[in-house]
Amino acid sequence: MTGDPNSTQDNLQDIRLGRADRGFVGKIIRLDALVTGSSLSPQELEQRLVEMGFVEGARVEILHEGTIRRDPIAVRVDNITIALRRSEAMSVIVERL
Amino acid sequence: MTAASLRLALVGAPNTGKTSLFNRLTGSTQKVANYPGVTVERKSGGFVTPEGRSVTVLDLPGTYSLRGRSPDEEITRDIVLGRFDGEAVPDLVLCVADATNLRLTLRLVLELKRVGRPMMLVLNMIDIAKRRGVTIDLDRMSQELGLPIVTAVAVRKGGVDELLKRTDEFLARSHEAAASEWTTPTIADLKAAQREADRIIAAAVTLPAKPDTLTSRIDSVVLHPVWGLLVLAVILFVMFQAVFSWAQPAMELLSDSFSALGQLIHGVLPESWSLLQSFLQNGVISGVGSVIVFLPQIIIIFLFILLLEDFGYMARAAFLMDRIMGGAGLHGRAFIPLLSSFACAIPGIMATRVIDNPRDRLTTILIAPLMTCSARIPVYTLIISAFVPATTVWGFVNLQGLVMFGLYAAGITSALTVSAIAKFFLWRDHAPAPFMLELPDYKVPRLRSIALGVFTRAKMFLYRAGTTILSMMVLIWFLASFPQAPAGADGPAINYSFAAMIGHALEPLLRPIGFNWQIAVALIPGMAAREVAVAALGTVYSIEGGKEAADAIGQVLAQKWTLATALSLLVWYIFAPQCASTLAVIRRETGGAKWMVVTFVYMLALAYVASFLTFNLAQALGLH
Ligand SMILES: Nc1nc2c(ncn2[C@@H]2O[C@H](COP(=O)(O)OP(=O)(O)OP(=O)(O)O)[C@@H](O)[C@H]2O)c(=O)[nH]1
Ligand SMILES: [Mg+2]
Repeated sequence: MTGDPNSTQDNLQDIRLGRADRGFVGKIIRLDALVTGSSLSPQELEQRLVEMGFVEGARVEILHEGTIRRDPIAVRVDNITIALRRSEAMSVIVERL
Repeated sequence: MTAASLRLALVGAPNTGKTSLFNRLTGSTQKVANYPGVTVERKSGGFVTPEGRSVTVLDLPGTYSLRGRSPDEEITRDIVLGRFDGEAVPDLVLCVADATNLRLTLRLVLELKRVGRPMMLVLNMIDIAKRRGVTIDLDRMSQELGLPIVTAVAVRKGGVDELLKRTDEFLARSHEAAASEWTTPTIADLKAAQREADRIIAAAVTLPAKPDTLTSRIDSVVLHPVWGLLVLAVILFVMFQAVFSWAQPAMELLSDSFSALGQLIHGVLPESWSLLQSFLQNGVISGVGSVIVFLPQIIIIFLFILLLEDFGYMARAAFLMDRIMGGAGLHGRAFIPLLSSFACAIPGIMATRVIDNPRDRLTTILIAPLMTCSARIPVYTLIISAFVPATTVWGFVNLQGLVMFGLYAAGITSALTVSAIAKFFLWRDHAPAPFMLELPDYKVPRLRSIALGVFTRAKMFLYRAGTTILSMMVLIWFLASFPQAPAGADGPAINYSFAAMIGHALEPLLRPIGFNWQIAVALIPGMAAREVAVAALGTVYSIEGGKEAADAIGQVLAQKWTLATALSLLVWYIFAPQCASTLAVIRRETGGAKWMVVTFVYMLALAYVASFLTFNLAQALGLH
């Protein structure tokens, strides 16, 4: 878990799921709920993401995008599909597979 | 419930088939559908095991964790932890998992184990898992979890035999409940539990080499940014056209039968029994019959909604509508409650329990009654068929169906507008709540459960016609028939009745919006249920007009009302809070009278203003 979004821990190849395009396939490296536009507290947001199966190591794939500003997105997390908004998906740090 | 009766509780992630199991075990017909968050209440039922033990079983709302973040999840948490008032802790927790989708449930199982109650894991939907070639090593999983496991197919006859057998075996032994170690899990706990669950799945579950891609292939059209919205629009459009066109023959048959029945009664009873004759013909047949005629339409709308729910489309519709609803300040999860409100606002308002944020939930409750519920169908249909010609426009669209579609659209638009206004004035600083929803795999709708669902709704509709509506009709008939006209009086006898007095007293209030005294009389009992207004108009006009009027209430209206009045009444019904049960549910769900009063007042004000504008505009345009 990182605090400051600009901290040096952020690798350059880190991708936020909230910015990825449809068809993206990757693996979750970690969650970082501090820099999103979500209305939830970082703690609560992270908890909900974990409850929906967004944990380190899970395979994610963006299957579908909504019409308006390509939001929300439907993400395959291992073998279930979760619909969520890009603002919440920003907390999920992934690497491309 | 006897003291010896054992208590079971069905717990599990949403949409794993808990309610299906409950129905199979107890023979109930609780609502089942293919989206997360169907059950929002605790439901209790009983059954007797093959060995003769009597068991009480609780069906609970699905939950991903015992944290209880929305009102429905709190119920589950409180029951499991034994904190629920008036409900003892369950003797056995049946944890229900979807065998094709174990990740989230297994994590919940690990969390539940810490509560220390005796527990058994039910791998439901094993039929689907087998069909897809998923193999599960039950012994290994049972050993890893330290729990007995049974497989089940809740929707198939005999699909719970093994569960019953194992429950008996389980109950034959005595079980010590361990002390609860449960504390609200931290993020680290959740992650650790998820890793453990994933490890167990990796050890015990073998997935097929070729995964099932049907759902994603359907979704590539249904969730497509352009085609998806088009599909949604077409579905809704076909639904409202169908309500009009497909139901027509059946409705005509029903209404012909009722007038034949009326004639028969008229002919059979001796002339001297004119009061009884009038009661049966005008009160019962014209009144109640005029509502029952709409049964085919009610069946069609429920058929559509149930099919969509069982197929798994509802969660997709919520996905498509999320941003659009968000623009109006609504939560993405508000979509399913609002769509259910097309059937009836009451289950719709109940379904808002899945919305965790109290403000979002309240907004949804406030606008749910604006969605066009099925009780409005009789009112709309009656007026539309009387005033709108059944012509075809643009080559294939039934004009009456189009007007109906317009009324639905008006309901939706006004709901979104009210929500946007509420957001602007009441909670401007409130940031949008997140939307996270599991999209379940599509399932082939099961004929039996659809048929059962439609049958249940039809029965409810008829039951209401036989109780609420009938008793209202008796009242209306009485008010419209007494006191009887003095001998030698001219004009219809009804002009001397109580109903006329009440109607005339209210008329000045309603004249600005174009309503006559007959409508005023119909609106009051219409508070009990919207369709009562149709029945009341049927009775009032048939007492006034005699035999011919009883046969064809639509034609009578077409003669007696101007188009401006008809339009005004249609608009009134889009907005008016004409349903006492909805108001009662709002009161219960919001925990006080305040929001019920707010709803009543704002809807009444909207109705009056909108009808006033419609009536005056229509008159100015010369629509007579
Ligand atoms: N093929 C198959 N379908 C099932 C089985 N059990 C349930 N279903 C279907 O799964 C869907 C969900 O069932 P429900 O009983 O509503 O699930 P629930 O766990 O009560 O869901 P919530 O109340 O939302 O938590 C429905 O479409 C059922 O018809 C099963 O054993 N086999
Ligand atoms: Mg249920």
